[in-house]
Amino acid sequence: MTSLTDYLAVSAVLFMIGAAGVLFRRNAIIIFMCIELMLNSVNLTLIAFSQFLGDQTGQILVFFVMTVAAAEAAVGLAIVISLFRNKETVEIDQINLLKL
Amino acid sequence: MGIGEIIFWILSTGAVAFGLLCVTRKSAIMSAMMLVLTLICLSGLYLTLHAQFLAIVQIAVYAGAIMMLVLFVIMLLNLSPEDFKIGGNWKTVAGLLAAFGILAQLLAAIFMSHDKLPQTINQNASLLGTTESIGQTLYTSYSFPFEMASIILISAAVGAIILAKKRIV
Repeated sequence: MTSLTDYLAVSAVLFMIGAAGVLFRRNAIIIFMCIELMLNSVNLTLIAFSQFLGDQTGQILVFFVMTVAAAEAAVGLAIVISLFRNKETVEIDQINLLKL
Repeated sequence: MGIGEIIFWILSTGAVAFGLLCVTRKSAIMSAMMLVLTLICLSGLYLTLHAQFLAIVQIAVYAGAIMMLVLFVIMLLNLSPEDFKIGGNWKTVAGLLAAFGILAQLLAAIFMSHDKLPQTINQNASLLGTTESIGQTLYTSYSFPFEMASIILISAAVGAIILAKKRIV
């Protein structure tokens, strides 16, 4: 029988992979995908806790996280497109419009 | 080791391996395809937890709609592969160290609270994850947040169009 600890450990490893990706990649779209990976690892934690504790609230929360992730994907990619239109790049090192 | 445990380890190894590939691929398209495989493995893990509804929504919304949109943008921008080296400069090393710090902290917290956590899945778990029971809860106790979600989605759609448009008027 797999215990809750196993699920939490897998989710922690996935979160770490996503965080590492955000920190060392420079392509804005890949950073965006790493954020999706982190959101998904948290979803796994929520579902595991929900099913082991017998409380449905966790799964409802996951449903809303997915809704917000869909909205975030639309807005984030629109921002990437408008950045690319202005700067011809999606490398975050070269996007420093707000730097003094 | 039961069949459930074997399936769990196959799916979780798959999720972690494809996640690692997603982060380390040079071309954005390959990265996106690997992320789709990670999401499918995660959906299988939801099934091992008896969360059927969320497993299907994961495939339809994440692996289907969101990744579709990401792939569309990657193809639209026609990016060349990014050449990056882990450990190439001090920033990537610091990022990697920070990520391992996060992992160590999370794992320490998880394994130190091992005795306080429930050891077996709740006996009602298979009833909680069905579309019927989630729909029941969503339309009764959570009907107001559910309607708010529609407002978030419509404002995100309008915002995305305004942001991506060349001239608003």
